[in-house]
Amino acid sequence: MKTLIIAEHDGQNLKGATLSAVTAATKLGGAVDVLLAGASVAGIATQAAAVSGVDRVLTVEDAALEHTLAEFVAPVAQQLAGDYTHVILGASTFGKDIAPRVAALCGVNQISEVIEVVDADTFKRPIYAGNAIATVKSNDSLKVMTVRGTAFAAADTGGSAAIEAASATVPAAKVRFVGAEVSESDRPELESAGIVVSGGRGVGSKEDFAKVFELADKLGAAVGASRAAVDSGFVPNDMQVGQTGKMVAPKLYIAVGISGAIQHLAGMKDSATIVAINKDEEAPIFNIADYGLVGDLHDILPELVSKV
Amino acid sequence: MKALVAVKRVIDYNVKVRVKADNTDVDLANTKMSINPFCEIAVEEAVRLKEAGVVSEIVVVSIGDKSCQEQMRYAMALGADRGIQVEAEGKVNSLDVARILAKVNESENADILLLGKQAIDSDNNQTGQMLAALLDVPQATFASEVKIADGKAQVTREVDGGLVTVEMDLPALVTTDLRLNEPRFAALPKIMQAKRKPLEVKTVADLGVELTNSIELLSVETPAERSGGIKVDSVDALIDKLRNEAQVI
Ligand SMILES: Cc1cc2nc3c(=O)[nH]c(=O)nc-3n(C[C@H](O)[C@H](O)[C@H](O)COP(=O)(O)OP(=O)(O)OC[C@H]3O[C@@H](n4cnc5c(N)ncnc54)[C@H](O)[C@@H]3O)c2cc1C
Ligand SMILES: Cc1cc2nc3c(=O)[nH]c(=O)nc-3n(C[C@H](O)[C@H](O)[C@H](O)COP(=O)(O)OP(=O)(O)OC[C@H]3O[C@@H](n4cnc5c(N)ncnc54)[C@H](O)[C@@H]3O)c2cc1C
Repeated sequence: MKTLIIAEHDGQNLKGATLSAVTAATKLGGAVDVLLAGASVAGIATQAAAVSGVDRVLTVEDAALEHTLAEFVAPVAQQLAGDYTHVILGASTFGKDIAPRVAALCGVNQISEVIEVVDADTFKRPIYAGNAIATVKSNDSLKVMTVRGTAFAAADTGGSAAIEAASATVPAAKVRFVGAEVSESDRPELESAGIVVSGGRGVGSKEDFAKVFELADKLGAAVGASRAAVDSGFVPNDMQVGQTGKMVAPKLYIAVGISGAIQHLAGMKDSATIVAINKDEEAPIFNIADYGLVGDLHDILPELVSKV
Repeated sequence: MKALVAVKRVIDYNVKVRVKADNTDVDLANTKMSINPFCEIAVEEAVRLKEAGVVSEIVVVSIGDKSCQEQMRYAMALGADRGIQVEAEGKVNSLDVARILAKVNESENADILLLGKQAIDSDNNQTGQMLAALLDVPQATFASEVKIADGKAQVTREVDGGLVTVEMDLPALVTTDLRLNEPRFAALPKIMQAKRKPLEVKTVADLGVELTNSIELLSVETPAERSGGIKVDSVDALIDKLRNEAQVI
């Protein structure tokens, strides 16, 4: 058993999804190597080497790898994958973009959003917006998979892995990075925050969403949203929680003006404590909320902000 | 310029699925089935590209049994020109779907391939990326904006940290995200017209693809249900519960 983790980073820091991937790999047992592909990765390699459970950090540096586009990263991973039984990525947009491309290049299938490692070939994963859990067995010689961050805690630091340059060629590809609009925020990261306050269509407008942010800041929370709130332009796309957005499982999730569609529940129903604030006492969100408060969010949010 | 759009027949997004009592699979008997919402967005995008004069022909492909022709006709009612159904019984895994689509594209030679980012039944999010790898073409996953000009596609992608824009030489592959467009309703006359559009049926064997069946479904369970809690009658009561009972703030 030998696992290769394809690390996600932004050129500066290793991302949390990779720490969850390390935890999933340690459940398999065997050696754990981390592939760090980028333009210049010395600093991040040091961070990866300090992650507990990692045996080796393999670096591949090339200017073409700067924006970690799948067309460049996947072939690099494929060249190294021959030595491994498993390739694991976090189920972030980075992992989802790259893992299937690696799998297809290796001629194997890919297993998405694993939430439990049963044994080296068998895994549990949610299907149908989390309304069913499938146990699947892969008969491929190499298992390529993504793992859900809410199911595998981030690995600790305290390791001291060896850092080695790996040799792989980066092929040419007919794609160019044009630009990025990165959402800057001092708030905690949505996927790893202890508290998440999410607003839905009921919040009403972009201006009124300030009330959601205020409560979040008072609680030191991250801010999420329903699809309807994102589609309405209240907040950017990277705040969408749900089946087709981000998966969160904080100790406290506060849903404000969110009805509770199955697609939204898929992304937050594993939270430890759920609070729903909604003016409609019949809203489905109350069926899964530990504490429900029926009323107008425009009155409730300011009162909460002043009292917590 | 030719667009190839892959569409999948799936459970309707409004329906909550049930697991069979024997835990072998989910129960889809008498369940409302629809076109996967992300595939519908892919079809709509192709139609808009055609309306803008960028694309001249839209070919829609679906892999499945005869029933998936219903969703292909729907795609044609939205504006696809013709369809190719690849007859396959049972569950075809993502890599095999991608291999079949790659084989279909050998004779179609599409300039732009549009797929949904994810099928809402299996929630896999992988077929497009696999197809791009097999065809050795660039991929822009999770697209929220697609512009095509001068043999290039400029695509804005929704990623965890915000938005990323890439430029790809054609042929290229795009997987759609929710905010790419809002699909139109298929008008009745278009639904009637769609019935007469060409729909070719091929088999996996015709295409010379051998299925791998490398993933086995061992069992399906219902996840632990969350039971509803209580309603509190004031902000003060809520804060009290969160502080003293749940101890989360
Ligand atoms: C393919 C597909 C994928 C999807 N993926 C996702 C996803 O990942 N995440 C997601 O969230 N959704 C997703 N959806 C959308 C989902 O089906 C719902 O449409 C969406 O979650 C609804 O958002 P909402 O609850 O904010 O809006 P609504 O359903 O409109 O609910 C608004 C709520 O606000 C309440 N309200 C209104 N005013 C007030 C007030 N003043 N005070 C208090 N309460 C008030 C109302 O009572 C209502 O319950 C997806 C849909 C599809 C088809
Ligand atoms: C309950 C259940 C049990 C399953 N059991 C098995 C099993 O035992 N063995 C196994 O190998 N697989 C199994 N699968 C996997 C299943 O067959 C998937 O449908 C398969 O992996 C195809 O990919 P996807 O739909 O997940 O693609 P995704 O990558 O999620 O879909 C992305 C896009 O790919 C395109 N696409 C996907 N499928 C098709 C299609 N058929 N025709 C045209 N376009 C398509 C569409 O554009 C779609 O939007 C099971 C799935 C479910 C839900």
